[in-house]
Amino acid sequence: MASAKQVAQSAHRKDVLNRWLLSTPALLIILFAAVGPLFIVLLYSFMVKGDYGDVKFGQFSLDGWFNVFMQRDIFDDTLTINDAHLAIFWRSMKLSLTTTILTAIFGFPTAYFIATRSERNRDIWLFLVTIPFWTNLLIRTFAMQEVIRNEGVINSVLKWLGVIDQPIQMMYTDWGILFGMVYVYLPLMVLPLYASMEKLDFRLVEAGYDLYANSFQVLWRIIIPIVKPGIIAGSILVFIPSLGAYVTPRVLGGGKNMMLGNLIDLQFGQGRNWPLGSAISISLMAIVMLALLFYVRNATSSGARHG
Amino acid sequence: MRDTKEAARGVAIDVRGVSKVFQGTGQDRVTALDNVFVTIRENEFFTLLGPSGCGKTTLLRLIAGFDFPTEGEILLYGQDIAPLPPFKRPVNTVFQNYALFPHMTVGQNIGFGLEMLGKPRGETDARVDEMLKLVRMEELKNRRTSQISGGQQQRVALARAQAPQPKVLLLDEPLSALDYKLRKDMQIELKRLQNETGITFIFVTHDQEEALTMSDRIAVMSKGKILQIGSPRDIYDRPAERFVANFIGETNFLAGAIESTGKGRAKVRHGSGAILSAALPEGFIDKKNVTVVVRPEHAQISGVRKGATLKGMLENVVYFGTDTHFHVRLEDGAEFVVRQQNKRGIASGLTAGEAVGIAIGEEAAQVLRD
Repeated sequence: MASAKQVAQSAHRKDVLNRWLLSTPALLIILFAAVGPLFIVLLYSFMVKGDYGDVKFGQFSLDGWFNVFMQRDIFDDTLTINDAHLAIFWRSMKLSLTTTILTAIFGFPTAYFIATRSERNRDIWLFLVTIPFWTNLLIRTFAMQEVIRNEGVINSVLKWLGVIDQPIQMMYTDWGILFGMVYVYLPLMVLPLYASMEKLDFRLVEAGYDLYANSFQVLWRIIIPIVKPGIIAGSILVFIPSLGAYVTPRVLGGGKNMMLGNLIDLQFGQGRNWPLGSAISISLMAIVMLALLFYVRNATSSGARHG
Repeated sequence: MRDTKEAARGVAIDVRGVSKVFQGTGQDRVTALDNVFVTIRENEFFTLLGPSGCGKTTLLRLIAGFDFPTEGEILLYGQDIAPLPPFKRPVNTVFQNYALFPHMTVGQNIGFGLEMLGKPRGETDARVDEMLKLVRMEELKNRRTSQISGGQQQRVALARAQAPQPKVLLLDEPLSALDYKLRKDMQIELKRLQNETGITFIFVTHDQEEALTMSDRIAVMSKGKILQIGSPRDIYDRPAERFVANFIGETNFLAGAIESTGKGRAKVRHGSGAILSAALPEGFIDKKNVTVVVRPEHAQISGVRKGATLKGMLENVVYFGTDTHFHVRLEDGAEFVVRQQNKRGIASGLTAGEAVGIAIGEEAAQVLRD
């Protein structure tokens, strides 16, 4: 006869086994779809580049990583900092951060507006926010072109109003890319912001007003600190994909205003420098990881401070 | 004595002809308050009592400034505050579920109002400590509000609302979330706080017992109207309307016809032919058929029917420890309950099925307005 201890042990073993069995599909997907490819990318970044793309397997080289920030002059072999790459890194950081901040600024009142509607109307507004997702990103970006190009909607209206004589150049500028990215990523900010604002107890707002706080103080001292998790989640959701954005800078920025996504594409395509492309990809990931670490630390330390 | 003291008090809040209509779509028009007049005196513990949906919370929100009246004015020490936003009114609220700021400590919560008023840091800190001492929570100053119990949250909410020294403190069913024992303690605590600070309290509740034990005066509300305003004793002993009599305590209703009136009193002939002497309510409009109320403990029951006001059959005797309830079926078929305090070792001697008489004294009966 099995003792109680044995029964408990076998139940525990079964439990552990079940847990592994149940998580197998997820683990397999992570292994083959995330860890595996990532490992290949990492491996490729340390290989010698092939003549027509691909890499020469088994031939180890640091050239890929070296070329991320440095370049060797083809005539006199002198080493210089690769200004073009630096400019692209800088533009990516700048545009992603600005996109995050602008989506937060536009998304906050939007989310607040939705969260303060009646329950039935909220669903309608949320539904409207998700409508852009129905259309392919590429098509939406081309549509954006129609809005901001020299003969586009904005310039035509401004001309018709007599505000300008010459069209404002927006296409193929950083402003054009920014415009497009804010448009594309705004719903990703609105949705998590709304989720945390929906849970906001509006009696706290009333309590703030009751205790002599004006509208600005209520916003700054009560609403924003309480919905901070939503702001952080939205910022992560916007910052990460915008850092690696490809379509928007490609279509609205033309060829010359590249972002990291386009640079990577260039290396794997026309550049035929897969090790460099891989190294830039890993660098991009590193930046994202750093940003995530920053957010996580910020979130936990603010929690600890209040706790 | 009491009357002269109350007359000497100034007027803190004067609500004049206030109506509040919530405009919904189509048929959803709700009149939450209908032409309400009420005067609340300085340093008074004033209670708005009524069932949910009677408009008591709406009136409180109008005074706090979270809503604006459709009609009428609200005077605070003579100044019309109805158009002012809440942060410009020297009035603070204790919310039903406390509404403490979850991202701040107990101390930060209490100091928030003073900080927003732009008081210097030192003054705010001193006042926060003073308030913590007043509500006996000194050692919890740096706790987060989620780390303290419901009763403690209640105290923090009280301290937070009183810290800026408001002219009037509004309390929106602040005890309803507490369990019975804690509620009893907090009732005494609130009364103590009010005595110590001397702030005018406007207290909203649906709990008649809470209202009776704590208030200086009570306004009983129903369907957006104030039915009666008076001291707890006034409201209990001399209810003016059926709703008031029914809502507060237990009551016997007797139908009768007015025989004669005079000097605020009436002789009412009950269906059984008995004549009751009863007080007339304020604002009584002369009419023939009236209802008379008698509180169960204001009537006496005995086995002797001679000389009794009402006669009937004892149907049930329920022993409650402190008192005994006698359920009597009157001759006209109505039920009448008499409550008698128990004395140790002495039984009433009455048993169910017995013929009994009920004596109703001169002061025991009250005519209703409606």
